[in-house]
Amino acid sequence: MADANASLRRTARPLSPHLQIWRWSVTMFSSIAHRVTGIVLGAGALVLAWWLIAAGLGPGDLRTFNEVAGHWFGRLVLFGFTLALMFHMLNGVRHLVWDAGAGFEPATARRTGWAVIVISLVLTLGTWVYAYMSMGAL
Amino acid sequence: MSHGRDSLRTPLGRVRGLGSAKRGTGHFVVQRVTAIALVPLTLWFVWAVAAHAGAPVSVAGRFLSHPVNSGLMLLFTATAIWHFKLGVQVVIEDYITAEGLKIAALLANIFFAVALIAACALAILKLAV
Repeated sequence: MADANASLRRTARPLSPHLQIWRWSVTMFSSIAHRVTGIVLGAGALVLAWWLIAAGLGPGDLRTFNEVAGHWFGRLVLFGFTLALMFHMLNGVRHLVWDAGAGFEPATARRTGWAVIVISLVLTLGTWVYAYMSMGAL
Repeated sequence: MSHGRDSLRTPLGRVRGLGSAKRGTGHFVVQRVTAIALVPLTLWFVWAVAAHAGAPVSVAGRFLSHPVNSGLMLLFTATAIWHFKLGVQVVIEDYITAEGLKIAALLANIFFAVALIAACALAILKLAV
């Protein structure tokens, strides 16, 4: 029964990335978040298309879009899209650096992971401060 | 299938049908090219939206009637949606193992991306001209 034991051991081995078995790390988070934000931004592209089409249809349709987007929940969703966009862009640059063969050392990868998270938060908040200033609300 | 010296099949015969040896990197390269292009385009897009937040509805049309803005918006939407299509393709290939469902999802991904690019382009061009 050595074969059965071997196959049992094989199936019991964790498949990477395995959420229940690996401890959370910043590199793991940034990897998963890159894929999640990429998918989320597809929904963002749909909202962008809706905005462009509404603008193309006329002021009435654009006003309807603005009412939905300007509602507190609409703004919350747009804030989420901004954060997803900033994170995906910055983490994408991190991926491009990896493609060039640099930054693979574990300590460096952890540091750049945290940097991407912090800078994307700063850029998102900065964008929204700028947007509220443009509206004359700040 | 025998790979030994006694096999009657030539090396060419053995690799035929196992995939192209010429365009395997195409997806990888286009994903990177669109990623690089999207860095400045995204920064421009975020600035454009944030700078006009709360503006009257007439401003959006006027903004996109300028050829530089409509041109950049065309490039941003097309590049971003194609980059999205390439990413979703990898997700489908990673997680969907049933062959029929996978092919259906890959086709739907292409049709969705092209339709979305066309819809954005039509709206932008309507405002631009």
